[in-house]
Amino acid sequence: MRDIAIVSFVQSDCVRNAGARNEVELIMPVLRKALDAAGIQSAQDVDFTCSGSCDYLQGAAFAFVSGVDPLGAVPPIKESHVEMDAAWALYEAVLKITMGQAESALVYGFGKSSPGELPIVLSQQLDPYYMAPLWLDSISTAALQARTMLDNGDITEQDMAEVVARSRKNAKSNPHAQLKGDVSVDELLAEPTYLSPLRVHDCCPISDGACAMVVATVEKAKEWGKPYAVLKGIDHRIESHNFGARDLTKSPSTEAAAKAAGVDKGPVEVAEIYTPFSHQEIILKRALGLGDDTVINPSGGVLAGNLMMASGLARIGEVAMRIIRGEVKRGIAHATSGHALQQNLVAVLEEA
Amino acid sequence: MSDQNTEALEPITGIEVPVYLDYNFTAGRATARFLTGVKNGKLLGQRCPSCRNVYIPPRGCCALCGVATEEEVELSNKATVESFTIVHIPIPGNPIKPPYVIANLVPDGANISFLHVLSECKNEDVRIGMRVEALWKDASEWDYAMENIQYFRPIDEPDMDRDEIGRLKDA
Repeated sequence: MRDIAIVSFVQSDCVRNAGARNEVELIMPVLRKALDAAGIQSAQDVDFTCSGSCDYLQGAAFAFVSGVDPLGAVPPIKESHVEMDAAWALYEAVLKITMGQAESALVYGFGKSSPGELPIVLSQQLDPYYMAPLWLDSISTAALQARTMLDNGDITEQDMAEVVARSRKNAKSNPHAQLKGDVSVDELLAEPTYLSPLRVHDCCPISDGACAMVVATVEKAKEWGKPYAVLKGIDHRIESHNFGARDLTKSPSTEAAAKAAGVDKGPVEVAEIYTPFSHQEIILKRALGLGDDTVINPSGGVLAGNLMMASGLARIGEVAMRIIRGEVKRGIAHATSGHALQQNLVAVLEEA
Repeated sequence: MSDQNTEALEPITGIEVPVYLDYNFTAGRATARFLTGVKNGKLLGQRCPSCRNVYIPPRGCCALCGVATEEEVELSNKATVESFTIVHIPIPGNPIKPPYVIANLVPDGANISFLHVLSECKNEDVRIGMRVEALWKDASEWDYAMENIQYFRPIDEPDMDRDEIGRLKDA
């Protein structure tokens, strides 16, 4: 694929409840900052705008349409939306740029999950005939996955607690994180189980917030005169919605996406991976072929704060900003969607 | 096949799967201020600092400019019909008997219309540019809802020119 420049990225704090704020009021601040960082005024200054969100989260029909209000979309702009995490909105923007239909794009995602019962709302992501009518919630399916791994001897509860302890520790340096601090593995293991074998801390918190990113062709980014990180590869794959047809202990869709995106074409210094549940980090680390020399989720990841429909784009933005700040030269980011890692996206980023 | 249950042999062509999801809905900071105004018998809009347009109900941002709206503007009870429709089909749960008029009304001092019921007039007399005013219910019935206004009714003022509807003199 053609190199794409990630010019700016901004995310809001992850908060348990954004209070009265609606989608417009969540999106506007991050949009403003992302546009300012790219040195542009509004969505009028990019060729394409794409967002990711899900109206079921806040129970507001057509919130994604209202979400267009902060763009300044008069005169009309070229705009699109995915009912998915905004990482997939970035994917659409990448396609637009690759096809030569745009030289720059604004991508944003927002989620207000606090008004509803998120795990129950997410049961509606399941197939509508056999699974969704059972009201199988997203924590239960993750628990099923963790139980299978524990029974197979793929992981131990200690491994899961270590993931959580590291997330909380790393999140101490992330001003947007919701859960952070020093907590020992022994302390975590002393906690009661919530939905066995998961403890509360094995599950990501519920968060409200938004994030935004400006991308462009490398030529355009140079014209703007802003520092940027290069998106070298991006790919996404999906698995069956039928749990019985999947091996929940592995993530072949992540493996395939990682191969197609070119993860193994260089060293991976840093990886931001979307792991709503602690045991999933272990599945993904294996699927992505990451060794112990890769720093995983230095931001704390989504176990420290999970903006539904924005956290995937935020993983890519986290890595991009580390590259732009000169902290690392090459990293990867991962986004997931659906239950028990059903669909996965992998992006490879390098310094300019 | 020896299945005596003939129904079991029929192909299933559909299933009923009701979905119930509970939400603690919030309208937004700007819209919440508007609804609080309505509870107190006032129509509150917000003005865009850039293009000076006034929005009602405000959603916290100017959809034209993409900037936050802060300045609150109290609007008049008088409005102009921007467009309308005569409803002939009964809507379940709606107590109003058809045929009745639903109109897009631009309150004086604002650029944006909202929907409300028009009454105390013959349906066939309703026209674009017609001047109307809000008839508020008794204050004891006021809640956080536009139903605090029972309906709008015509007033004895000359029609507004179509091109002038929603145009603010200072915008």
